[in-house]
Amino acid sequence: MATITAPRPDVQSARPPISARRRRGRNDLTGYAFLAGAVFCFALFSWYPMVRGVVMSFQRTRRGVTTWVGWDNYSRIVHDPSFWTAWKNTLHFTVLALILGYAVPFFVAILLNELRHAKGYLRALVYLPVMLPPASALFLFKYYAYDPSDAGLFNAVLKLLHLPTSQWMQSSTATMPAMVIASTWMNMGGAVLIYLAALQNIPGELYEAAELDGAGIWRRIVTVTIPQTRLILSLMAMLQIVATMQLFIEPLILANGAGTQDSATSVAYLIYQHGFFQNDLNGAAALGVIMLIVLAGFSAVYVRLSARQD
Amino acid sequence: MSAPQNRRVAALALVAGLGLSLAACSTKSDNSSDASGKVTITVDCQPVGAQQELLRDWNADVAEFQKLHPNITIKSVSVGEQCNNPPDFTARLQGGTVTDVFYGYMTDLDQVLDSGQAMEITEYVTKDTIPTWDSLDAGAKAAFSDGGKVYGVPTKNYSMGLVYNKNLFQQAGLDPKNPPKTWAEVRTAAKRIAALGNGIAGYSDYSAANTGGWHFTAELYSQGGRLVSEDGKKADFNNPMGRQVLQNLKDMRYGDDSMGAKQLLQWPDLLTNAAAGKVGMFIGAPDATTAIVTQFQGKYQDWAMGPMPGQDGPAKATLGGGEGYFVKKGLSPEQVRAGLMWLAYEKLTPGKGQFDYVRAKPENQPVGLPQPQLFTVGSDAYRQDLDLRKANANVNVEDFAAFENNPVPVRFEPPNAQAIYAVLDSAMSAVLTDPNANVDALLKTAEDKVNGLLATR
Repeated sequence: MATITAPRPDVQSARPPISARRRRGRNDLTGYAFLAGAVFCFALFSWYPMVRGVVMSFQRTRRGVTTWVGWDNYSRIVHDPSFWTAWKNTLHFTVLALILGYAVPFFVAILLNELRHAKGYLRALVYLPVMLPPASALFLFKYYAYDPSDAGLFNAVLKLLHLPTSQWMQSSTATMPAMVIASTWMNMGGAVLIYLAALQNIPGELYEAAELDGAGIWRRIVTVTIPQTRLILSLMAMLQIVATMQLFIEPLILANGAGTQDSATSVAYLIYQHGFFQNDLNGAAALGVIMLIVLAGFSAVYVRLSARQD
Repeated sequence: MSAPQNRRVAALALVAGLGLSLAACSTKSDNSSDASGKVTITVDCQPVGAQQELLRDWNADVAEFQKLHPNITIKSVSVGEQCNNPPDFTARLQGGTVTDVFYGYMTDLDQVLDSGQAMEITEYVTKDTIPTWDSLDAGAKAAFSDGGKVYGVPTKNYSMGLVYNKNLFQQAGLDPKNPPKTWAEVRTAAKRIAALGNGIAGYSDYSAANTGGWHFTAELYSQGGRLVSEDGKKADFNNPMGRQVLQNLKDMRYGDDSMGAKQLLQWPDLLTNAAAGKVGMFIGAPDATTAIVTQFQGKYQDWAMGPMPGQDGPAKATLGGGEGYFVKKGLSPEQVRAGLMWLAYEKLTPGKGQFDYVRAKPENQPVGLPQPQLFTVGSDAYRQDLDLRKANANVNVEDFAAFENNPVPVRFEPPNAQAIYAVLDSAMSAVLTDPNANVDALLKTAEDKVNGLLATR
C-alpha cells in the first residue's frame, strides 16, 4: 500500500541556523564524551578480556616465557578427566532448569495474574529472594534446607510427611535437582515479573470469548495464554539456557565445588579449577572459548527472536 | 552553568575518574632508591583489621625496623583474608599486582615462576641480609629454589600428624596422653568418641575443593606410598596402599558410623566443626590448632597432637609444606636487600617478629607449638628459638610431645598436585558419601584420569 508522508515541520528548512548548528555540535560532543565512557568501560572490561582470552587459548606461559602452541591447550582441556563430566552435568542442569526453573515462574505468574486479593503483597513476596545476595541464599540452602541429617529443613518436612529423606548434596543423584531447586527459588522473581507484564498485555476479550465457548482454565492457558506469550516464552527460554549453562556459584557454594563424585562439576567450575588452582590459565582460556562458541549459538537464536519481538 | 555544559563536565569527569581509579589500583612502589639512598618496599599479608593484636604487633615491628634502618621505608599492604585464599593469590599474581615482597605457599613456586613475576635472589641471600640463612632448614630452602637458583625465602613450615580433642578423649574414656599411633587405633578411638553422640564425629576428613586429594596424599604417604611415579609421569596410588587409605575411611564412615553425617567438607568446614567440639580427631599440622583458635573461636586447651598414624606401626612418611616470601622482578638491588632484611627481622630472627614469644604469650597467640621449625636442629638459632619458646609457652608443651618426640620423615607435594587432588576428591567423596562405593573401581578410575592428565601436562 502506498502512503504519502507530509514533511515534518521541524525538518522543513534545509539548514538549521548557525547558532542551532553550534548547539547541536556541542550536544554531539557531550554525547561522544558519554559514549567514550561506555566504550572505554566495555573495551577495557569486556572486549579486551575476550580477545585476550582467545589469544591466550593458543599460547602457553612457562617460566615467564609465552609461546604459541597451536591447539595444545584445547587438546589438553578436552583430555581433562572432568571435561565430559562437566558438560554432561551442565546440560543436565540446563534441562532440569528448563523443566522446573522455566515452568514454575510461568505458572506462578498465571496464578498471581488470576488473584483478586493481596496481589501486590504476593508479588513482592515472590520477588523477595531476588534481593538476597546469591551467596547468602545458597548458604541458607546449604546449611538449613539441605542438611543431610533429619535436622535439615527439607528432611524434617519429608519425615513429617512419612516420605523417605535424602542426603541432598551428599548424594550424587540428588545433587543436580537440589541445585536446580535452590537456583529456581533464587532467580524466579525476575522471570515472574516479566511473565506478569506479558500476561497483562493479553486482551481480556480473548479470555471472555474462550470462557463463552466453555473453555476451562487449562484450556484457556493452552489456547490463549501460551500462544499470546509464545514470543516472550521463547526469549526467556533462550535467556534461561544461556544463563544456566554458566552454572558456577551453585556448585561452588552448595557442593563445595565438584560435589560428591564429581556430580556437581560444571563447565564454568572447571574453568575456575584450571585457572585458579591448577596453574593452567591457558587451558582455562581454551575452555572459556569452547563455552563461548556454544553459548554464541544460543545467543544467536535469542537475537533473532528478540528482533521479531521488536 | 548550562545543562549541556553540566553534562559535558560530568562525562569528562567520568572518563578522568575511571582513569584515575585504575591508576590507583597499583601496589608497586617506586622502583628506584632516591638520591639520599632511601628505599621503599611494599610488603603484603599485613594482618587484617579484625586481628587487632597481630596488626598492632606488625605495625610496631615496622616502626622498630625503620628505626633500625632509617633509609628503608616499609609500606604494608593488607589484602584482607586473601593470604589464605589461593584463587585470590593467583589473580594478583596474574594481574601483576603483587607487592615488591610477596607471600606464597611452598607449592606456589611453579606458578610464581611461570608467571615471570619473581626474581632470582641467589646472590642476595647471605648472612648480611638474613643472618640466620645458614641455619635455615635445607628442605624448606629447597622448596623455594629451582635448578639451584633461589627464588624465595621460607618463613613457615609444617608437617602433618594426628590432631585430637583432649576433652572428647577424656569423655570417651581414652587416654589423652597416649594418642592412637596406627590407623587401627584411630578407628577404635573414633568409634568410642562417636558413641558420645550429640553429632560428634570420632574422626573427620576432607573430600571437597581439592582438600580431599590433599589428605589422601598425606594418608598415602603414611602407608609408605607415593602419588606419582619417580619420573612424575604415571599415577602410583592404585595399589594396596592406596586401597588401604580409602578402605580405612570407608570402614570408619559406614562400618562404624564414626565420621559423622556431614561430609563433603573443605578446609574451613572441618575446622569450624572442630572448634565447636564436634570432631575427635583429624589429620593436620600444629598450626591447625592456631586456626581453630584464632579464626574459628576454639580453645587451645582442648587440643593435642600425636604423630601421623601408620598402618601397622609408625607412619612411613607424612606430608609437609609451608610458606614464604618471593621478591618481585625488576626491583633495584637496594630494594631486594631491604626486602630480605625485613623478612629476616620479621620472620627469621629468634625473639623478634613472629618469634617474639614474650609479646605473643599474653595475646593468646600460641607459644610452644612444635612448628614452625625453620632452623636446623642443633644450630644456634634453633637453640635460641627453643629456649625462648619453652620459657614463654602458653600452650601445654606436653600436649604436643607425642608429635614432637616421634618424628616421621617428611615428603612434599608432587608437581601438578592440585590437578591430581581434584581427581582424588572424587574418590574421597565417594567413600564418605556412598555406602556402596567400590574402592577398587574408584582407584582404577582415578588412576586412568591422572594418567590422562599427566600425559598432557
